[in-house]
Amino acid sequence: MAIEGFVAIYIFMLAAFAGFEVISRVPVILHTPLMSGSNFVHGIVVVGAMVVLGHAETTAEQVVGFIAVVLAAGNAVGGYVVTERMLEMFKSKDEQKKEAKE
Amino acid sequence: MNFIVQLTYLLAAVLFILGLKGMSSPKTARKGIIWAGVGMVLATLVTFVHPAVHGLTNYLLIIIGIAVAGVLAWWSGRRVGMTEMPQMVALYNGMGGGAAAAIAGVEMLRALRTLPGDLQSQAQALSSEAGISLAAAEAALRAEGAATASVAGALGADVAILAILGALIGTVAFSGSLVAWAKLDGRMKRNSLVPAQQVVNIVVFGLTVLFGVMTFFTDSIAVVAIFFALGLLFGVFVAVPIGGADMPVIISLFNALTGLAVGFEGYAIGNPAMIIAGTVVGAAGTLLTQLMAKAMNRPLTNVLFAGWGSTEGATSEGPEGEMKDVSAEDAGIMMAYAERVIIVPGYGMAVAQAQHKIWELVELLQDRGVEVKFAIHPVAGRMPGHMNVLLAEAGVPYDMIFDMEDINEEFAMTDIAVVIGANDVVNPAARDDESSPIYGMPILNVDEAENVLVIKRGRGAGFSGVENALFFGENTRMVFGDGQKVAGGMVQAVKGL
Repeated sequence: MAIEGFVAIYIFMLAAFAGFEVISRVPVILHTPLMSGSNFVHGIVVVGAMVVLGHAETTAEQVVGFIAVVLAAGNAVGGYVVTERMLEMFKSKDEQKKEAKE
Repeated sequence: MNFIVQLTYLLAAVLFILGLKGMSSPKTARKGIIWAGVGMVLATLVTFVHPAVHGLTNYLLIIIGIAVAGVLAWWSGRRVGMTEMPQMVALYNGMGGGAAAAIAGVEMLRALRTLPGDLQSQAQALSSEAGISLAAAEAALRAEGAATASVAGALGADVAILAILGALIGTVAFSGSLVAWAKLDGRMKRNSLVPAQQVVNIVVFGLTVLFGVMTFFTDSIAVVAIFFALGLLFGVFVAVPIGGADMPVIISLFNALTGLAVGFEGYAIGNPAMIIAGTVVGAAGTLLTQLMAKAMNRPLTNVLFAGWGSTEGATSEGPEGEMKDVSAEDAGIMMAYAERVIIVPGYGMAVAQAQHKIWELVELLQDRGVEVKFAIHPVAGRMPGHMNVLLAEAGVPYDMIFDMEDINEEFAMTDIAVVIGANDVVNPAARDDESSPIYGMPILNVDEAENVLVIKRGRGAGFSGVENALFFGENTRMVFGDGQKVAGGMVQAVKGL
């Protein structure tokens, strides 16, 4: 699917606004997990890497495409694991008491 | 089939934005990352039926690549300690930047592969038509239509520009993040690789941009390869001079840049999920970088173009007076009889692995009716919010932890402020002494508390190398020793009462 010039600029612009809006009121306590979480989100590069490796036709293209897939998968999986581990630990007093009872 | 693929990408983009939104509040943060994770799995699965993907070898390579990298990343991410989180984020982020650059690499290889045949068939047609030699026809074609025989000609000007920009940003983020990882992990200590690093950086940057422009017009693989190599080199050179204290800002900046690179490559290969997710991260990451730089009172330009310790030789005189020390047991008893206690943890606490003992102490104090709070400086730990993660790991509920702005007024009404493993973030020189290199950085007003206990390993200066007048204060008592042992001694003392 080709995305023509101006439509692409609209997408870029609206996505940028969404990004600013989502972050604008984040407490300091969540800066590190959020940086890690946004690091995970750009792991979507894995789908691009899959596509370029998927339509590779020479060995050189396959080698570079394979590097792209490996790096991108590392970004996505690693980003998810560390973010999930950090956020897992954020609990309020009530939640802690609940777990202690169980 | 393409319809299903595109619809899933749209759904993934929505899930990413909702997920990031969720992650901006502690209550919904866990749901947020799970939503984003679901989006990622859906997008990845549906790409297997993407119309452009074909060939058994390619499918096999994709599956092997994802499996190998996935297992390794899962294993390393599970194993790493919470204190090492910043460098792991840097490492994974660098991989994303590298992937974006590699995508651009494949696209350029494809573009160059289609060129020679194109040109030759055109030249043959021209030579038989006009009755000139093949070489002359080829030369004429090159002369009149350089654009057709170049990366830009094959990809289209808009795609070529964004692919090249994405490659530039991606290579810089890749090698720069790897250097950031190596420095934070203690594998690399140098602050320059060549003499006059700043001048060399400008030259290398100029060359990189030059070859980026040449890549647009070229039909030579060598030019493209040199362009990528220069981008990688520039990333290394940018990150090497950055001091440890500024590293979090740089990691955040590289994170934003990777997002941007992913967005650009998304345009280059016509993938809307990459455009949206990449741009959202680019914008959010830029804002996050600004917030961090502000919290540290270090404008981004200073972080990028100056070193921390290289301030001119106007060393102000050391603070007057002497340090007064007290034993861990006496300090524990002081706290047991206090009404209000605020604990100010720093990275030193995490290095000593003292957070669990501290939490044990706090629970004992709470049982005795002492009101205890934790005060966190925005840059405590190695990144903003890092200390919150470390305390959360020890079991401290997040509603006991307060940001600097929310708690700074309370120090004046506090019986005992306990500083453990923190130094620069409580140094009054940042507030009072204009000649101090950390002047202007917002600090926790620990010195306003009635009594201050400082748990510290030795008598040396802090991360920035600046002496701390707080340690010499009239109302300050120093507890020297390993953080974990000191906290253990305090626990014993309180238990014994």
